[in-house]
Amino acid sequence: MTEEVLRRMEKVLPAGAIQEVQENGARVLSPEFLLEAGRYLRDEEGFDYLSNLSGVDWIERGYFEVVYHLYAMRRGERLVRGEAPDGPLGPLVLKVRAPREDPRVPSVSAIWPSALWQERETYDMLGIRFEGHPDLRRIYLWDEFEGHPLRKDYRPEEG
Amino acid sequence: MSDPEGISPEQLTLEQSGVFLTNSEKLNLIEGIYNWGRRSSLWPMMFGLACCAFEMMATGAPRFDFARFGSEFFRASPRQADVMIVCGTVTKKMAPAVVRLYNQMAEPRYVVAMGACACSGGPFRDGYNVVRGIDLYLPVDVYIPGCPPRPESLLEGWFALQRLIDRQRLKEVPWYGKEDKSRERPIPRYGPHGLILPEEPQEASQ
Repeated sequence: MTEEVLRRMEKVLPAGAIQEVQENGARVLSPEFLLEAGRYLRDEEGFDYLSNLSGVDWIERGYFEVVYHLYAMRRGERLVRGEAPDGPLGPLVLKVRAPREDPRVPSVSAIWPSALWQERETYDMLGIRFEGHPDLRRIYLWDEFEGHPLRKDYRPEEG
Repeated sequence: MSDPEGISPEQLTLEQSGVFLTNSEKLNLIEGIYNWGRRSSLWPMMFGLACCAFEMMATGAPRFDFARFGSEFFRASPRQADVMIVCGTVTKKMAPAVVRLYNQMAEPRYVVAMGACACSGGPFRDGYNVVRGIDLYLPVDVYIPGCPPRPESLLEGWFALQRLIDRQRLKEVPWYGKEDKSRERPIPRYGPHGLILPEEPQEASQ
């Protein structure tokens, strides 16, 4: 079911927006088309719930990846009547890549408010800057902390 | 006398019947009664930091029944607590709050470090966010090893604390007397990689 949704999304987006289709069905998007894809999935396909947003440090490949897991909680009652399974649809996986030197990704917090704290956590741990986030500061560590401890090249200091 | 430094089982039985002996060369009758009262009503502070707190809760529940030893009240206020059980991993972000709680407790106050994390940092010792033992910031009276310690271990540590209280003399305890013997601990502040202790121990640093 999510595969059909993703095929429809690919038709809506401009050519070249999808960088890669992974074997589990996850789509790697260009960052500039992330918000467009997110609005389409929320408004047209009913994916109203961002369950998970996390970051991955691919240090050998030289980039960070941000992973989004989406669910359509009300899809069964709203969109594909008769055909859809009862209950939520998902997870639908989107990914976005950003270079390690200057990682910047557009914030999806305006589309799914549950991204607010998850983007702060990803910023705290990996240092990915989410552009457009209303309050991007550390959430677990204290403000005076230097560095981002989940980066693969982070080395904790003594003390 | 099975425990020369502490209290013998015979004496304990007598004390439970209200009979106090002055046979000890170390303690007089007043100190005996005083220590008996304090030892038998140790109230722990109600706070937990990690998984060791579940073992502490199990100790308080009916199966292990902390109340048998006078510790049935887990006080939710540091002002009413006698013992702080540091049960669990102390993160660097939490450590200033733990020290502040200790400073807010009234004397006499005791600290029990429960579990490997509170004693030394435990399996997270080399992490970027874990304090390598709460004894860096607080005076710990009893260490309880284990990951986490079972309730029996906590009870054994409790008995060790009770024996320690039994040996205390009024003239020597650090918190009794006219002169100011404040045991306030300096509150560490956040630094770029960890906690920084103030250079001089500041009194009343609240």
